[in-house]
Amino acid sequence: MSVIYVLLTISIVVAIVFFIAFILSVRSGQYDDAYTPSIRMLFEDELVKEGLDSEEPEQENQSN
Amino acid sequence: MGKIACYHCGDDCGKVPIEFDGKNFCCHGCRTVYDIFQSNNLSYFYELQSAAGATPQEIEGKYDFLDTDAIVERLVEFNNGDHQIINLYIPQIHCSSCIWVLENLNKLHPDVLSSQVDFPQKKVRISYRSQELSLKDLVLLLARIGYEPYISLEDYDQPTKKANRNLLYKLGVAGFAFGNVMFLSFPEYFEVGEYWLEQYKSLFRWLMFFFSVPVVFYAGRDYLVSAYKGLRSKLLNIDVPIALGILTLFIRSTLEIALDLGTGFFDSLTGLIFFLLLGKFFQQKTYGFLSFERDYKSYFPIAVTRIRKNRKEETVEVYAIAPGDRLLIRNGELIPADGILITGNAQIDYSFVTGESEVLKKESGDRVFAGGKQMHGPIEIEVLKAVSQSHLTQLWGNSVFQKDRHSRFRTLTDSIGKHFTLAVLAIAFAATTFWLFIDSSMAVNVFTAVLIIACPCAIALASPFTLGNMLRIFGRRKFYLKDTQTVEQLALVDTAIFDKTGTLTTTQKSKVSYQGVTLNPEEQRLLANTLRASNHPLSRALYELLAEHNIMTLDDYQEHLGKGVKGVKGQSEMKVGSPDFVGHSDEKISENTSVHISSNDTYKGYYVFQNQYREGITAVFNTLDKTLDLAVLSGDNAGEKSRLQELLPQLTPLYFDQTPQEKLDFIASLQEQGKKVLMVGDGLNDAGALAQSDVGIAVSENVNVFSPACDGILDASKFKELPNYIAASKKAMKIIKLSFALSLLYNVVGLYFAVTGQLMPVIAAILMPLSSISIVLFTTLATNLLGRKLN
Repeated sequence: MSVIYVLLTISIVVAIVFFIAFILSVRSGQYDDAYTPSIRMLFEDELVKEGLDSEEPEQENQSN
Repeated sequence: MGKIACYHCGDDCGKVPIEFDGKNFCCHGCRTVYDIFQSNNLSYFYELQSAAGATPQEIEGKYDFLDTDAIVERLVEFNNGDHQIINLYIPQIHCSSCIWVLENLNKLHPDVLSSQVDFPQKKVRISYRSQELSLKDLVLLLARIGYEPYISLEDYDQPTKKANRNLLYKLGVAGFAFGNVMFLSFPEYFEVGEYWLEQYKSLFRWLMFFFSVPVVFYAGRDYLVSAYKGLRSKLLNIDVPIALGILTLFIRSTLEIALDLGTGFFDSLTGLIFFLLLGKFFQQKTYGFLSFERDYKSYFPIAVTRIRKNRKEETVEVYAIAPGDRLLIRNGELIPADGILITGNAQIDYSFVTGESEVLKKESGDRVFAGGKQMHGPIEIEVLKAVSQSHLTQLWGNSVFQKDRHSRFRTLTDSIGKHFTLAVLAIAFAATTFWLFIDSSMAVNVFTAVLIIACPCAIALASPFTLGNMLRIFGRRKFYLKDTQTVEQLALVDTAIFDKTGTLTTTQKSKVSYQGVTLNPEEQRLLANTLRASNHPLSRALYELLAEHNIMTLDDYQEHLGKGVKGVKGQSEMKVGSPDFVGHSDEKISENTSVHISSNDTYKGYYVFQNQYREGITAVFNTLDKTLDLAVLSGDNAGEKSRLQELLPQLTPLYFDQTPQEKLDFIASLQEQGKKVLMVGDGLNDAGALAQSDVGIAVSENVNVFSPACDGILDASKFKELPNYIAASKKAMKIIKLSFALSLLYNVVGLYFAVTGQLMPVIAAILMPLSSISIVLFTTLATNLLGRKLN
């Protein structure tokens, strides 16, 4: 057995893994809207932190 | 006078801003939204982008139909009883603040679970607990903060459209295979004959084969199918030589590796298909938030209020309306079916249907037609015809709307494809015959080599990249075209027909002239204050245009629906309204919208509202007149004829009182004379003409609101650029022709190698991407240069 079979197998398996990742990401709709996420990532996180306190105490947090 | 901008929406606050929390607002709606955001910790909204808000509109009763479960069921995307997901189209979405606040809806209402904005589509997908928060409440919540969703009959008919991701998958497959095949064939390019390579070459080659199979039969399938269809209908389109090239490449390469004759051309094959698909992908620029396929359904409501025999109101879907039903049409609602007015003060705006901007008064017993919008208070109508049989909707029964209009058009690439295929086949056979006499073993080799090298990859790429880039350049300049083919058709037009109202004129009638006895300052003051009290659109418009006056309280104020208003202060009395109302009936009725005035029962005079023509229309017509035949088709009466004649080049044909059907027929008759017609219109009354024309362009004051089915939407502010856009598309076609010449040059070089029988895979592998990439570079640079000259 030559090492070339091992190397070829590895390289193709890696390539196929990425290919499958691509297909899955398209299928999940990641490429449908390529614009909004670029804006969303720029928002401040302050609200998300408050949101973590579960929904109930939300009303009380308004004091600030 | 410095203008005060509203803190929420940025509009001018007018003469009396509303102050709240140290900030100025233009209206109570904006103030309320600010208040809601402020008290819910959402004031970050204003930090992201200042004055980003939208003024909430009157919505009383408008969404009552969402109480009906059957309707909700058809609108939502997911529903399991206590959890619903809905996708709403919100035309107001325009900036990052909008995204932020809509994605933080759960701060406003705890029963909203999550919301996600799709900015290009202007849609928001909201998931919520439907037990606690009904769809109607959700919609009302959105409307209250200025993000009123637009729900029309269209959503009802086809609730969810699946996104088409096929091209992305194909591109993925082709790119994946191309990279790997290139990688696997690299050793063969340089070190043929080395020991270990000799030993494993068949393994490498079969691997390449397996990578290529899905590329040919999945990613390249469209080309094979299109060529087959073309051949079957005896058309030699550009896909024929492409399919021929693909198949030859695949079969010859497979035979070569099976019989151990050589390496094959799998690298070129996968690269070719990858580049072709890239071109297609680039061509496919879509404006998610615009729809070019609208018909009356996008304008119609889903449900209306029906009054039962026992005077109870109920909400019914519009398709269920039957002749004989009584309907309640509220202020601002659309009349969904032809009928007879029973009660109420009907002031109907038919601008959707006829383009005529004037509001029509109707009295009990008059006919009212579908598509009209009630402008003043509630009315009751009795339905005469079902929705699908109304005067308006019948226009869509015309065969123009069923035809796939583009199938009539042959693109430049396709017409070249025919000559190209014939030339390639001729060269292939000539070269083969030649080689049969010299060295018959080379004949097959040369024949396939010609087909491979002549595969018109570069030609097929020239048009998608040029036109795709033009589409983007136009889009940045607020001229949105449906597809690349429209650019090509725009370059070919020789006749341009314009609608008048809304296309040549602006939607606001803001030019006013006064005729009659001059009013003294006291009268002017009373007039201004009388108008101030009225809510009628004409009063509002006139009030805004009058000089500023001190506000005073009227002693008496009466509004006579459909007639006019009366204001009294001390001894003086002022009547404003129709000629009859002010006691002036013998005046010849002006063709234009006018407001008459009398003071203390003496007739004073009248204000005439004139159509305001768009800036630069004279220049636009003068420029276009040099190259195109022009005409104006108007649904309006001839009241503006003399003014139009002044503005437009002499002898421009003007046609008035045209019905939608007449407009359509007019275009069709021009086309019968062999003309390529560009129709520029705006309303539903132009829908037939827009569909019939070779290129239909809708002019729109606000591209987010609705324009009829068309090939392109032009932002009204860019109307004066239209001649430049047409000129630019003509230049784009020249760029395509130049790149055809360039790619033919590559073909000649390639053919030299092919005909002389020395086409090595490595040459094909270099030549093919080289020609493609240089064409892409050339067209992109040339169109960008062209785009820079616009503006």
